Amino acid sequence: MNRKAGLIVGFCMVVSTALTLGGQSAAQDHILLQSTTSTQNSGLYEHLLPLFEKQSGIQVRVVAVGTGQAIKNARNCDGDVLLVHAKAAELAFVEEGSGTVRHDLMYNDFVLVGPATDPAGIKGMMKIGAALEKIARARAAFVSRGDNSGTHKKETALWAATDVDPVGYSGTWYRETGSGMGATLNTASAMDAYALTDRATWISFGNKADHIVLIEGDPDLFNQYGVILVNKERCPNIKDRAGQQFIDWLLSPQGQGAIGRYRLNGEQLFYPNGS
Amino acid sequence: MQDFAASFLEAFQLVLGFNSGLLEIVWLSLKVSMTAVVVAAIIGLPIGAFLAVSRFPGRGIIIVTVTAMMGLPPVVVGLVVYLLLSNAGVLGPLQLLYTPTAMIIAQTILVVPIIAALARQTLEDLNVEYRDQLKLFGLGSFARLRTLLWEGRYSLMTTLLAGFGRAVAEVGAVIIVGGNINHVTRVMTTTIALETSKGNLALALGLGIVLVVIAFTINALAFLLRAAAERSAYV
Repeated sequence: MNRKAGLIVGFCMVVSTALTLGGQSAAQDHILLQSTTSTQNSGLYEHLLPLFEKQSGIQVRVVAVGTGQAIKNARNCDGDVLLVHAKAAELAFVEEGSGTVRHDLMYNDFVLVGPATDPAGIKGMMKIGAALEKIARARAAFVSRGDNSGTHKKETALWAATDVDPVGYSGTWYRETGSGMGATLNTASAMDAYALTDRATWISFGNKADHIVLIEGDPDLFNQYGVILVNKERCPNIKDRAGQQFIDWLLSPQGQGAIGRYRLNGEQLFYPNGS
Repeated sequence: MQDFAASFLEAFQLVLGFNSGLLEIVWLSLKVSMTAVVVAAIIGLPIGAFLAVSRFPGRGIIIVTVTAMMGLPPVVVGLVVYLLLSNAGVLGPLQLLYTPTAMIIAQTILVVPIIAALARQTLEDLNVEYRDQLKLFGLGSFARLRTLLWEGRYSLMTTLLAGFGRAVAEVGAVIIVGGNINHVTRVMTTTIALETSKGNLALALGLGIVLVVIAFTINALAFLLRAAAERSAYV
């Protein structure tokens, strides 16, 4: 009996240790940011968040997943603030009552990257739609995120404006990785394939191999990032005051200035246009 | 091949540079996985021991189930734990999602079947060997179990190491329930996944080498411990 009691006491001790492990940090003042990956992979948060944390004393914890996943997590109330790049989905998120107000935060653009040899011969084309059609006609390998992320939504919209339905060719020249931007770019590198990516991820990406930017500058490639506070009425647990403080700071001259000042390899990755 | 050479260099630089960020990540990895193994042992060893010595209808089914659960996909476990701990889930009020505790819970679920199934086999074999002797001594069932656990301690240590190997190497569960939050829930494997997604393949592989070295060190320590214990047993 004694031994059993010992076991039970031991078990309780371990569990309580485990709980404190998690509890320790939870006691601090922090908010949870459900985010797209490009802002994390490009190092933007490492530049921005310490500035905000120093000023406010609020720690921002970033969970970086694809835009689709981030919205789902926020819908489950597992985040205080949402920072993604798929305007239609963001507006729907607010519309359904999951979020309060959507603010424009910053923008950059998408680029179409591909092997320098350019098998479909699209380099120098001005319109992304025409370039995609040419890739489809050439049946040149194209790697898609296929994961309902912001970039994937954008790519789907760009294809929809052409007369090609690439999903019908899935598994042949059109390849859906169902993974994040980085994994998809790694695949594109290895397959000598074309891919659509946001510029921030591309500039910070370390495994470009012989891939280069082939199409850029088309207004259709505009990439707007938005920020939304999760709705406390639907999610009573969220920290609306700290979350709003973070959003206010991002949209303030200070936050916007910090976004505009961020450089990677000498290049500006994000252009503030907060509203 | 260039990547391999570069990654060994990265690994050396990581270790020699004694990067405090790396230390934090390694420490959290060990803390999470070791806690998970301890909790899993407390749950799994009694299950294994019970299945080893008892006979009851349906025992076969349970053994097959526990053994099959050794193959639980970490992503699925991560997803289930996420759904439970999410604010939209039944355990949401505990506010455990995106904490090391959530990672410990997920890894514990992955490790319990390994420990229970392997311990069951070890103890059952031992029981066959010692059954008559133990009966002869007239020991009660609890004392008998204690003897079996003690006699099987070295094999059981390997069982725990197998569990630890599973825990420390998996990424699918902890990245979902931990969220790979810098300074909070970022461990070795999620860092490797992150660096891979950034295209920093050499750095990712370098971190992988560090992880293997850590696993090697722990296993070597366990081996030495056993060797020392066996030597002293024969003196």
